[in-house]
Amino acid sequence: MSMSKTSINPFNHDVMPDNTPLVNVNYNGKWIQVPKGLNVVEVTQSQGEFLPHYCYHEKLSISGNCRMCLFEMGMPKMDASRQPVLDANGKPEIAWMPRPQIGCATNVTEGMGIRTNSPLAVDCRKGVMEFLLINHPLDCPICDQAGECKLQEYASEYGSGESRFVEDKIKKPKHFDLGKNIVIDDERCILCTRCIRFAREVLDDDVLGIVNRGGNNTVTCHPGKHFDNEYSLNTVDLCPVGALTSKDFRFKMRVWFLKETKSICTSCGTGCNVTIGSREQTVYRLTPRHNEEVNSQWMCDTGRLNIHYLSGEDRFTRPLSRVKGELYETSWEDVLRQAGSRLKTFSGKQISLLASGRMTNEELFLTKTLIDELQVSLYDILPRQGQGDKFLRSADLNPNSIGASLLGVSNDGKNLQAIKSGIQSGDIRALLVLQEDATEAGLSVEELSKLELIIYVGLAPNATAKAAHFVLPSAGFTEKHGSMINVKGRVQRLNQAHLPPGRAMDDWEILRDLRSATTGGNGIHTIEDLFRSMSAKVPALAGLTLNKIGDHGVQLSLTAK
Amino acid sequence: MSISLTPDFEKKLDEAITHYPVSKRSAALPLLHLWQEQFGYISDEAIEFIAKKLEVQSIHILELVTFYPMFRREPIGKHHIKVCRTLSCALGGAHEAHACMKKLTGAQGDDHGPCTSPDGKYTVEYVECLASCGTAPVMMINEEFYENVNSEEKAKELLKKYQ
Ligand code: SF4
Ligand code: SF4
Ligand code: FES
Ligand code: FES
Repeated sequence: MSMSKTSINPFNHDVMPDNTPLVNVNYNGKWIQVPKGLNVVEVTQSQGEFLPHYCYHEKLSISGNCRMCLFEMGMPKMDASRQPVLDANGKPEIAWMPRPQIGCATNVTEGMGIRTNSPLAVDCRKGVMEFLLINHPLDCPICDQAGECKLQEYASEYGSGESRFVEDKIKKPKHFDLGKNIVIDDERCILCTRCIRFAREVLDDDVLGIVNRGGNNTVTCHPGKHFDNEYSLNTVDLCPVGALTSKDFRFKMRVWFLKETKSICTSCGTGCNVTIGSREQTVYRLTPRHNEEVNSQWMCDTGRLNIHYLSGEDRFTRPLSRVKGELYETSWEDVLRQAGSRLKTFSGKQISLLASGRMTNEELFLTKTLIDELQVSLYDILPRQGQGDKFLRSADLNPNSIGASLLGVSNDGKNLQAIKSGIQSGDIRALLVLQEDATEAGLSVEELSKLELIIYVGLAPNATAKAAHFVLPSAGFTEKHGSMINVKGRVQRLNQAHLPPGRAMDDWEILRDLRSATTGGNGIHTIEDLFRSMSAKVPALAGLTLNKIGDHGVQLSLTAK
Repeated sequence: MSISLTPDFEKKLDEAITHYPVSKRSAALPLLHLWQEQFGYISDEAIEFIAKKLEVQSIHILELVTFYPMFRREPIGKHHIKVCRTLSCALGGAHEAHACMKKLTGAQGDDHGPCTSPDGKYTVEYVECLASCGTAPVMMINEEFYENVNSEEKAKELLKKYQ
C-alpha cells in the first residue's frame, strides 16, 4: 500500500513507506519476511490471520492498555561472541520469553519469534477476557452494539463460557449524555481510550478523559462540557463495544438486518466513501468506508446524519400533472408524453434549464444531450458554498460541481441572473428544474407563475414543485446508480441500496425517457451503456467504465476542462 | 468564574511551572498540591483555573484530582482523622476504628470518601499504609501519629486533644 502525500491522520501504523526494509521473523513456526517496523498485530494481519485487540487502532497512537493482543515472544539465541545460534536447518534458534508481550506495542526486529497460538498465548487471552468482563453488566440482549461488538465476539471466541466473579459489580453511569449526537454507557466501556485518542490526536479537541481510579474508571467529559465535535460520531464506530452509541441510530435497527451497500456521501464535495445500512426501503445509517485517498476511515456528523429526508413522509411517489390548476397523480406514460409534447412547442431560446451540482455524471450527461438537442441556450446549476474545514468538509456543498462543469451543464451560477431576467421579460417561457428549487436560485414565486411550462424532477415538494406543470418523482442518493467527481477530481461510484418509494424512478431513467419523449433519442438501456457513451464523448473519462471506477474511485487528470 | 489569588501565591504557581520547560502539563500535580495547601481543597474553580494556566482541557485536571485520593474536592473539618486501612490494619481492626471515629465525631458520609461532622470540626477518612503495620490499627490526626487505636476509650481519649 502506498501512502498519499498528505495523510489526514497523525498515525498510519498500517501504512509502511514502500522502501521499508524487510526482516525475517519466525511466525508460528514459519520463517517469513515482513516490513521492519510493523507491530505484531499487523504482522498477524499481513499473514491473513488475526490477533484480537481492542485498544490498538491503525490510525491512533499505541496505548497498550487492553492487553487483549498478548502473544508469546522470542529472540534469537546468542552465543558467547554475540552471534546467533543456528539450528540444524541453519535458521536461528529462538529463546522464548516466559512472560507474554503485547503485540500492538511490539515492533518486529530481525530474528524475532512470534507465537500467537501457543498454550501461553491462548491462556493469556482467556484471562484477559475474564478480567475485561468482571464489571461488565452483561446486558448484551438490550445492547445496540450486538452484532458488531468485539467484546461479544472475542468473549465467545477466546473467552470461557462462564464468569467466576461472584462479587458485586461496580455501578457506573448507564446513559450519560456526552454530546449532541452521542450517549455513553460507562458500564460497557472497556477503557480502551480509542475515543479519547481520536478526539485528541485526530480532531485536536481533547475534551474526553477518564475520571476516578481503578475499577471506577469512567470515560466522560468535564461536567458542563460536551463532545460536540462535527466528527464526534466516528468515535461510535471506533468504540469496540456498546459504550458509545449514536443517538440517531441507537435502538432503531439490529445491525444484522442491515443490508450494506458501498456508496459515497453526497452532502459535500469531498465525497467521503460510505457504507449505506438499509433495510427494505429505509436507510438507517451511513458509516464511513475506508479510502485512504479521500476520507481515510472517517466522515462528518452532518453528512452521516443527512439521510432522514430520504424516508420523509412528503416524498413524491407518483408522477403528477397539472389539470385546471391542480396537480393530479398520473402514470409515467402520460406524464412523459404530455411533458415531452409541451416542451416541443417551445424553441430552444424560450427554454431554460436549472440543473444541480447534486446530480450524477450520468444524469448531467443526459441533461447536456437534452440541452443540445433542444438547443437550450440558458442553463446552469445552483452553486452551493458553505464553510469548509481543515479536516474533511469541503466548502463546496454540491457533491458533483466538477462533474457539472466537465459535462458542460454548469456555468458556475453565472447564468442564473440571465434566466431570471429572461423570465421577467417573457423571453423564457418554459423551465426545466432538475433536483433543485428555483426559488433558491433567486427566482420568485411570481416569476415562476409567469412561466407557461415548468417541469420539475425531484423527490419532495418545494416552491418549484408547487408551481410546476409536471412533477417527475425521482430518487435520493441511496436509491440510484451513477458516478460523481469530488472536489479533488476523483470519480467515484454511487450504488443503489434500495428502490425509490412508490413509482419514483432513478433520475437517469427519467431523463432518458423525457429525452426520448421530446427529441426521440434513445438506445440507452443500462447505466453501464450510459457511462460508456459518456466516456466515449468526454476525454477526461476516456477508457473508464463504471466497473473500472470500482469501490475506491479513480483520480482523473482534469487540467483541461 | 472569577478567582482572585494573592500575587505571592500566583508567583509560587508560576515558579512551579518553570520546573517543567518541556511540557507545562507536567506541572499539573505540583500546582494541585500548592492549591490544596493554600485553600484546603480543590474547588471546581481551581480545576478550571489550573487547566487554563497549563493550556489543557479541564477534564485532564479533573482526571488527576479524581485519580489521587489525597486531593480533596470539598473543604474538610478542622481536624483530619486519617485511618489506615491497608492489610495489616484492616486485619487489626481499621474498620472498627473508622466506624468508632465516625460515631464519636458525628462524621457523616460514604465510607469511601471523607466523612465530615456537621459542625465542621472533624473529618474521618481512610488512607493507605502509614508504615507502622506492626502496631495496627494506626491513624493520624492532623500531623500526629497514633498506634494501637483498638478501643472506644482510646479513641475518646485521643479526641480530647482535638476540640
Ligand atoms: S467508550 Fe468505547 S472507545 Fe471509549 S474508552 Fe470506552 S470502550 Fe474505548
Ligand atoms: S465531509 Fe462532506 S462528503 Fe464527507 S461525510 Fe461530511 S458532508 Fe459527506
Ligand atoms: S491492542 Fe494491544 S494492548 Fe490493547
Ligand atoms: S497497614 Fe496500616 S500502617 Fe501499614
